[in-house]
Amino acid sequence: MGLTAAEWTVIGLSLRVSLTAVALTLPVAWLLAWVLARRRFPGSVLLDALVHLPLVVPPVVTGWLLLLLFGRAGPIGGWLEATFGISLVFRWTGAALAAAIMALPLMVRAMRLSIEAVDRRLVEAARTLGASPLRALLTITLPLSAPGIAAGTMLGFARSLGEFGATITFASNIAGETRTLPLAIYTGLQLPGGDGAVARLATISIILSVGALVASEWLVRRGGNGQAHAL
Amino acid sequence: MRFDVTLRHPFGALSSGIRLHSDAALCAITGPSGTGKTTIAHCIAGLRRPAAGRIVVDGAVLFDSDAGIDLPAHRRRAGYVFQDARLFPHLSVAGNLAYGERLARAGDGWIGRAEVVELLGIGHLLDRRPATLSGGEVRRVAIGRALLSAPRFLLLDEPTASLDGARVTALLALIERIRDTLPVPILLISHAAAEVERLAGHVLDLAPALDSRAPFA
Repeated sequence: MGLTAAEWTVIGLSLRVSLTAVALTLPVAWLLAWVLARRRFPGSVLLDALVHLPLVVPPVVTGWLLLLLFGRAGPIGGWLEATFGISLVFRWTGAALAAAIMALPLMVRAMRLSIEAVDRRLVEAARTLGASPLRALLTITLPLSAPGIAAGTMLGFARSLGEFGATITFASNIAGETRTLPLAIYTGLQLPGGDGAVARLATISIILSVGALVASEWLVRRGGNGQAHAL
Repeated sequence: MRFDVTLRHPFGALSSGIRLHSDAALCAITGPSGTGKTTIAHCIAGLRRPAAGRIVVDGAVLFDSDAGIDLPAHRRRAGYVFQDARLFPHLSVAGNLAYGERLARAGDGWIGRAEVVELLGIGHLLDRRPATLSGGEVRRVAIGRALLSAPRFLLLDEPTASLDGARVTALLALIERIRDTLPVPILLISHAAAEVERLAGHVLDLAPALDSRAPFA
């Protein structure tokens, strides 16, 4: 399958955007998952709802909310530009932010399940052996929730790779900057004679996404079996 | 005084309070199930906060509701050997033994790994995962892990539960050896009368406290 230079650019950009999004979301998602799984506090229901918002509202609405917050005139976007000279709108970093926000709920859900499955009595045992709450978190809860981390990461990666609505709304569709695989496929569909490119890019995105999902499923099974065996 | 424990907790026999005051090398808390033995162990280890009381072990105040002292679990140095052992499934036996050892402060340790491995006879298990151990082996590794965490005292919760006859005998002999040769006070939680009688220099029986209560309380 011969790919043009422009198509390679699209694939490279998509991978860069998705990997950046997942890398940024990973620690945040795990902490949110832990807080939601193990802490009860006023507002936890609200936090849960907020995390899930990108999963339930139309992606274009998420994109619009990102514009309001991170646009040049938005409270966060304005501050970023004034303080660091960073602008996310129309930039690949903006596409990464949109993908990160859209991937967050899926990653939190996968990780939360595996954190809930970690036996709290093991954390108690670690505490009596001299581990502070933070150390017990890092040496017991974190490694034992590894299957969920792996699964959430793969799921988040696949979701980031497929992100369309929030990205086109917030970061626009700029070749070489924010035109990721789904946006390039959409653009190809609008052009006369774009069928070949569409078919090639669609094939690539199917391979990448299915690959990530299969890997995620495999990691969950393997991790699940390992844990059931160990307990 | 090795153990000076006064506790009150709104649960079972503990609602009328308990008092354990002893200098024995091994004290036992006994009584039928449901009287709050494990709750007491949790309170002493700092996993649960009693309604009121004072816990002093070997001169160190771990909890004092009047003085507002409540050491967190990781500073109490309770060598808690749980009834269900709770070995870490993602670590090897050696990793489990090293867990508390690594967290102990330099001056607090009083026994080395080689001595513990020798005493418990677990040298051949070091590379194994907890899931592959027998019940008796799990119990011994859990005791070793607790010993190596530089504990102020050992807290053994039903150490022979779910072990068969020969293994119970071996484990009781081992506890006797720890009691007689190591400088660590032991608090044994057990419902087995024979075990308590054989090992303990001082016994706190929760049953009378339960009997004195109104039948429907």
